[in-house]
Amino acid sequence: MSEELKPQAAAPATPQAAPQAPAAAPKKPAAPAAAAPAAPAENDCHVRTIERAAFRKEMERLHKEEKMDFLECLTGIDREEDGLAVIYHLESTATGKRTCVQVVCEGRETPNVPTVSDLWDIANIYEREVYDFYGIIFTGHPDMRRIYMREDWVGYPFRKDDETEKNNPLRMTNEPLADTTDTYTLTPDGTLTKEQRNIFGEEDYVVNIGPQHPSTHGVLHFRVCLQGEVIKKIDPILGYIHRGVEKISEQMTYPQTLALTDRLDYLGAMQNRHALCMCIEKAMGVEVSDRVKVIRTIMDELQRIDSHILFFSCLAQDLGATTAFLYGFRDREKILDIFEETCGGRLILNYNTIGGVMADIHPNFQKRVKEFIPYMRKNINEYFDIFINNVIFQHRAKGIGTLTKEQCIAFGCTGGTGRAAGWHNDVRKRMPYAAYDRVQFNEVTRTEGDSYARVLVRMDEILESLNIIEQLIDNIPEGNYREKMKPIIKVPAGTYYTAVEGSRGEFGVLLESKGDKSPYRLHYRSTGLPLVAVMDTACKDHLLADLITIGGTVDYVVPDIDR
Amino acid sequence: MFDFQIVSTWLHGVLTGVMPEWAAILTESVLVALLIITLYAVFAIVLIYMERKICAFFQCRLGPMRVGKWGLLQVFSDVFKMLTKEIIEMRQSDRLLHNMAPFLVVAASMTTFACLPWNMGGHIIDFNVGVFFFLAIGSIGVVGILLAGWSSNNKYSLIGAMRSGAQIISYELSIGMVMLTMICLTGTMSFSEICQQQADYGWNILRGHVPAVLAFIIYLIAGNAECNRGPFDLPESESELTAGYHTEYSGMHFGYYYLAEYLNLFICAGMATTIFLGGWAPIYFPGLEGFNDVMAMIPGCVWFLGKTFFVVFLLMWERWTFPRLRIDQILSLEWKYLLPFTMVLLVVMALCVSLGLTF
Repeated sequence: MSEELKPQAAAPATPQAAPQAPAAAPKKPAAPAAAAPAAPAENDCHVRTIERAAFRKEMERLHKEEKMDFLECLTGIDREEDGLAVIYHLESTATGKRTCVQVVCEGRETPNVPTVSDLWDIANIYEREVYDFYGIIFTGHPDMRRIYMREDWVGYPFRKDDETEKNNPLRMTNEPLADTTDTYTLTPDGTLTKEQRNIFGEEDYVVNIGPQHPSTHGVLHFRVCLQGEVIKKIDPILGYIHRGVEKISEQMTYPQTLALTDRLDYLGAMQNRHALCMCIEKAMGVEVSDRVKVIRTIMDELQRIDSHILFFSCLAQDLGATTAFLYGFRDREKILDIFEETCGGRLILNYNTIGGVMADIHPNFQKRVKEFIPYMRKNINEYFDIFINNVIFQHRAKGIGTLTKEQCIAFGCTGGTGRAAGWHNDVRKRMPYAAYDRVQFNEVTRTEGDSYARVLVRMDEILESLNIIEQLIDNIPEGNYREKMKPIIKVPAGTYYTAVEGSRGEFGVLLESKGDKSPYRLHYRSTGLPLVAVMDTACKDHLLADLITIGGTVDYVVPDIDR
Repeated sequence: MFDFQIVSTWLHGVLTGVMPEWAAILTESVLVALLIITLYAVFAIVLIYMERKICAFFQCRLGPMRVGKWGLLQVFSDVFKMLTKEIIEMRQSDRLLHNMAPFLVVAASMTTFACLPWNMGGHIIDFNVGVFFFLAIGSIGVVGILLAGWSSNNKYSLIGAMRSGAQIISYELSIGMVMLTMICLTGTMSFSEICQQQADYGWNILRGHVPAVLAFIIYLIAGNAECNRGPFDLPESESELTAGYHTEYSGMHFGYYYLAEYLNLFICAGMATTIFLGGWAPIYFPGLEGFNDVMAMIPGCVWFLGKTFFVVFLLMWERWTFPRLRIDQILSLEWKYLLPFTMVLLVVMALCVSLGLTF
């Protein structure tokens, strides 16, 4: 409980005070944090419903006048008798103002909503996802075809009344790949007309990169249109490992849903589960102890370092520097050992839980983390010596796959990719959570936006994460490592959204509850999907070899894209 | 220094004693061919083991440790595994060319292998335009690679083969120019004479001083590119084209490419040894007679192999340190930097030789 805090809890009274505190401050005993009362069910996600007729105008106004240039999350939802709805989370990168709107479609036969893919580039792929799972047709969308499911799939599997297994027996034929795509337009009399287009031209030389390919970092499939070795167009085909985590969660109790988050972005297992736990806690009004907050913060940062080391390693491997690859794995092993001691797992960690963490930290934890910090600070120099400062690598990365800040925002490329282009998008700074308001750290940004900047941002983030851990590791407050929860967890009815800074961007959880013991709709804002969506823009007019560099540096992880 | 010619003359004498001249020469040819093929296989195994161990040590690993002491039998078991693998016939591939391509590559590589001067008097193919012959035969390998890419009916293979063709043909220019530079110094194109000169007057890299050292460095770069090895392993760049031109090959057909890759590495190093580091010639310091005598006691083939494996080590070091280049970077490195530089080098060397500035 927070009343039992020992004095070394160095929580400043307000988040604003944190940046002024010197780095060494947390080591000194400070006034204990004011005992926060258990907050009432807090919900900052006030969903505003817009009439379907006024929807397009309102979205244009939000984009243009209110400068809501970042489409954070787009979620489809099936409210049964209340119709199919689409929820949009918008944010203005200039003012930080956030809003959340929804539109409800009529009918279940051909529900349709005007597209916003011309306002926000990322809406293109998000709308395809909603179309795929809910059958909501976005009129005017240039490329309205399935994205995750097979092209010959019958029905829309996320609808509550879909008879998935009856309609889709095990097929013995190969999966067809569409060569055409559709655009729907709404005629004034309320019917839809379909217009078909070819995805690639007749003369195009199309090479498949994936689904089994060494450098797509998972089962990802790009159809690449080449002219010589120059890339003209990329068409990503997703869903090879889509497991329907969001749908499965609807049949599970809340503690059960936790088990699936580690299997999304396996290099952000801690942060993913942290986000879901935080979302449920916020919805239930549970306040976790300071000890839990600090432990979660340390674990998140360790996970981030782990992910960034793997990023470096895999990039080196993709570019043919096998030795650098193994240097990275040597150091990553240390983090996995630390995880293993406390969590029992190395990749699938299962550590966070609703109301705290599964088990208290291992007695060796602090010692080993403190050994790791100087070790990593020393070894990161080797990464620069063998790979990053190498002239060949610099020639392959500088000026390759440059994304401007505007492009990053339009595509919602959060995380290191956006920060390399100068977009301050760190959730830890935008909406501080856990113990991030009591530590001092810099949000690493660069302005170049090319592959090289993306590498440097992540290397600097390793150092920043080490700083954060260093500030907290000696100051883990006493307290419960887990709040006592009811045996059956029920979340009050409502729509909740929580985001954390995952290893590769903003990881968000949208939870809609009807007050049951399982979620009515659980949607994860994938960190990787925008990064795949941006590949076409980033790779255009680069060479085939650059696809590998760009794919490696934007740093997507496939299980997170195919949820 | 032991002259291998004693053995070959004796063998020829024995054989002509029991059979006519033509039959003796035929028998000798068969014996030599068998010897080359055996050596080819043995060196491939040694090189693969060496590569795996060296790369492991560069990467803070141990490398193969399970099969035999220090994993010594690992490569043997790998070779046996590969021999038992099925050779898969691809549908819609050009069967004839597809099956022929690996043999072209191996044949080219074996013939160049036979050009190496193993010992004093231990040459297998040696005539007055040896360097020229070596370059000509070496270029047949690229035909095999192009055929492999074309006949596989696979886009990855085709891109890999095209890259390979562009790369090998480009870098052959540099290799040719570097060799010309050194021929300028030696005045002969016969490998045996080049080695004999170095035994008499000192290694070429010392005789030709600055231009020779620069030529040696360029040779190491271009040679690595010739062998399609990292950082120039674009044709098969695993992370882009899965395996490039040999994607569709399986079993021993793939094995031939594998063999040829390693032997080309050895041949490339062997040629560097022959042209720059004295071939089988022992190290020689004027004035240190005692030391020179001791050095001369070591057989020539030991010198040759020692120096060659040293160069192989250099090439492996290069491979396991650098990331891969991009195709346009590779070509601009060759055409914009290496080739003009080697041309200048050739002129410099010619000037040095004509002004008597060499040793």
